[in-house]
Amino acid sequence: MLLNIISSVLIFFGVFFFAVGVIGLLRLPDVYTRLHATTKCDTLGAGLILLGLFLQGNIFIAIKLLLIIILLWIANPTAAHVIAKASYYSGIPMTENSFDLNVSSRKGGA
Amino acid sequence: MTAVYSVAVIMLMVLTFLCLTRAALGPTAADRVVAINVIGTKTMVIIALVSFLSGQQFFLDVALVYALIAFVMTIGVAKYMEKGALD
Repeated sequence: MLLNIISSVLIFFGVFFFAVGVIGLLRLPDVYTRLHATTKCDTLGAGLILLGLFLQGNIFIAIKLLLIIILLWIANPTAAHVIAKASYYSGIPMTENSFDLNVSSRKGGA
Repeated sequence: MTAVYSVAVIMLMVLTFLCLTRAALGPTAADRVVAINVIGTKTMVIIALVSFLSGQQFFLDVALVYALIAFVMTIGVAKYMEKGALD
């Protein structure tokens, strides 16, 4: 019973963080800020939901869910870093009033 | 717990369609890649929830493989964006 309540709360907060990430994806002005919003919220939200499921199953299900969580926590930040690097060096502009180092190897950079 | 899983799946599906609008509108290719990455994570979580809803354990393996494929897809598209080739 207590386990069910803890799982429900974890799943609720996971969906909440997913919703915050989607709001950031829809509302923020350029690709870097959108990455900033979605990556952290998605990693945390998926981690919370899978942790909520982790409390419900038997040992085999728990091990598989733990594997998925570990993979996600390695893969998601790496993917975000690669997207940010690729979009910066392919010359996608930042929004106005943002601080840009203007690295010389960037396409269209100084 | 079935009600909690069902509500979570429905909410996540609505959020996935909202992400799809960003993937359709997104002014640059990078915006679309970000949106597709988010959709991949959400789909993985939905598969894990459906595994508990239907009581089929092997759906978790599907979720694991889906996460791996989405990761490789993102890395590939990002490399293509940066270098203009995949060699």
